[in-house]
Amino acid sequence: MTTLTPAATKRKKAKDAFSSPIASGIAIVIAVLWTIPTFSLLVTSIRPEQDINTSGWWTFFVNPSVSFENYEKVLFVGTGVNPPMFQYFFNSLAVTIPSVIFPITLAVFAAYALAWFDFKGRDFIFFSIFALQVVPLQLTLVPLLQLFAKGLVIGETTLIPALGITGTYIPIWIAHTIFGLPLAIFLLHNFLRQIPRELIEAGRVDGANWFTMFTKIVLPLSIPAIASFLIFQFLWVWNDLLVGLTFGAGSKSVAPMTVRLAEMVGTRGSGWEVLTAGAFVSIIVPLIVFFALQRYFVRGLLAGSVKG
Amino acid sequence: MRNTLWETIAPNLTLLVISLAAFAAVIYALFLIGSRASVKWQGWLRYGVFLGPALLLLLVGLIYPALRTLWMSFMDKSSENFIGFDNYIWAFSIPEIQIVLRNTMLWVIFVPLLSTLIGLAIAYMTDRMKRAGIVKSLIFMPMAISFVGASVIWNFVYNFEPSENKPEIGLLNAINRGLGLEPQNFLLTPPWNTFFLIIVLVWIQTGFAMVILSAAMKNVPDEVVEAAMLDGASNWRRFTRVTLPMIRGTVVVVLTTITIGTLKVFDIVRTMTGGNFQTNVIANEMYAQSFRQLNYGQGSTLAVILFIGVVPIIWYNVRQLRLERTER
Repeated sequence: MTTLTPAATKRKKAKDAFSSPIASGIAIVIAVLWTIPTFSLLVTSIRPEQDINTSGWWTFFVNPSVSFENYEKVLFVGTGVNPPMFQYFFNSLAVTIPSVIFPITLAVFAAYALAWFDFKGRDFIFFSIFALQVVPLQLTLVPLLQLFAKGLVIGETTLIPALGITGTYIPIWIAHTIFGLPLAIFLLHNFLRQIPRELIEAGRVDGANWFTMFTKIVLPLSIPAIASFLIFQFLWVWNDLLVGLTFGAGSKSVAPMTVRLAEMVGTRGSGWEVLTAGAFVSIIVPLIVFFALQRYFVRGLLAGSVKG
Repeated sequence: MRNTLWETIAPNLTLLVISLAAFAAVIYALFLIGSRASVKWQGWLRYGVFLGPALLLLLVGLIYPALRTLWMSFMDKSSENFIGFDNYIWAFSIPEIQIVLRNTMLWVIFVPLLSTLIGLAIAYMTDRMKRAGIVKSLIFMPMAISFVGASVIWNFVYNFEPSENKPEIGLLNAINRGLGLEPQNFLLTPPWNTFFLIIVLVWIQTGFAMVILSAAMKNVPDEVVEAAMLDGASNWRRFTRVTLPMIRGTVVVVLTTITIGTLKVFDIVRTMTGGNFQTNVIANEMYAQSFRQLNYGQGSTLAVILFIGVVPIIWYNVRQLRLERTER
């Protein structure tokens, strides 16, 4: 590993020649500026309430006193009618897990069909799904909610009966599944199309049917693409406010953390000690996922936006 | 307290586990049936199992609701009477909504532009930098933070202390005081408050722009850059004449992606100002009309206007994709 090939040496030289200390310096300054807001949240959340309200967070470094009381308060002590944050933390998990698994599963299926089944109208369906990617959520919000509440009735015929699931997680799961599908199908389709045709045809000749071929060949090959989309969808669902707010139907027993946090900002009386601790509890999980799996996340982003 | 907490969580946990198990069981059963069916049956079954669920969900959950919203935008507040274009006339004539439209324009212009410019600059500066990984990670990090979380973070940065005798605990106002300037209530004074909100989204989106553009720059061949260097091109010329033209396509993709995201911005405005103090945007007003005023007609109209905003982008994207496919 230590011996460099001539080409690598050349590249390294080029790299040195290009890098400018001023540019690097500016980049570092920007990175620090970008981090200060988040960092100040973390510092504030571990200071005693008294300190937070009487001095800036930067004085922490002159006069460090640490307290985890804010976290205890926000996580386990409810206020009036509001359950403690721990409940919402659980809700966020319970909302997110199926909202990630369902769309990915259905999207891998659909992507497989669109990539490898030959049928009329395939391109039309694919382009339609691609176009649906950018349809704003807002355009479907009210009718979809009504559909969950009242079912689908056209004229006299009931196509879908009222389901009676309002106020549970189910509408949130279904909504996230629907909204996640177009991008998931598009990304996975691009990936699955790259499976060599010979591999699929060899499978056909060997007598593998479309179902076993999926489990034996396609699924194992698409794991990296699935991983990329998984992180994508996880961050999107965990951080979402609009779907949780509207499809949660205002029920505190299913609302995710973002909904509670937004509510806390709105109400007077939520001091910085609970706001900062609450916000940190809600951002810590995506931050861990982000830093641990950044490579897959970047790969997903690239597949989604840089084409060709 | 912990006891009652468990009492709400337990039934929810049961629902979660049962739902996941049911989902897995259905799929397992379908595969079992599918793989044992006769060849003729399988030919049909495969469409039903693989393509059916996704298409059905998209049809019932996206296309039907979108069409219904379009229809509702021509109806009155409770969707009972047809009122023609009245809602659209309302949207383009009353002053409050004009502020909403103006603000949305400001967001859509400045967020993509600033994020892409800053992202481009950082991508170029770190392109040949050693250990650029940590710098990029830090700038990319806000992408993982929810808009609500970011709103709390920036509310704290913008915090304003009304009493002169107490110290400022918000970073910006502390700097203001330190410099001998008057502390500002950043989120209350239009039109600047909209720009302070815009900064929050720029903070989030810059990392996205940087990562995508940085990857594109890595694809610019070293030989091309070296040749430009040998010709004695300055850093700036190298950037504008060599790098930028070679990644132009990616810059457009980044700009359009951020534009779509910005059009739909809702969480930041709702959390930080509630749309008050003349900071309202379409997505937030749409929410307010539909869910607070319960005026489905006007809410739907705003949603349709939002959709019309992204139509050119859909059209452009589909065209690009068709071109790419024919090239292949």
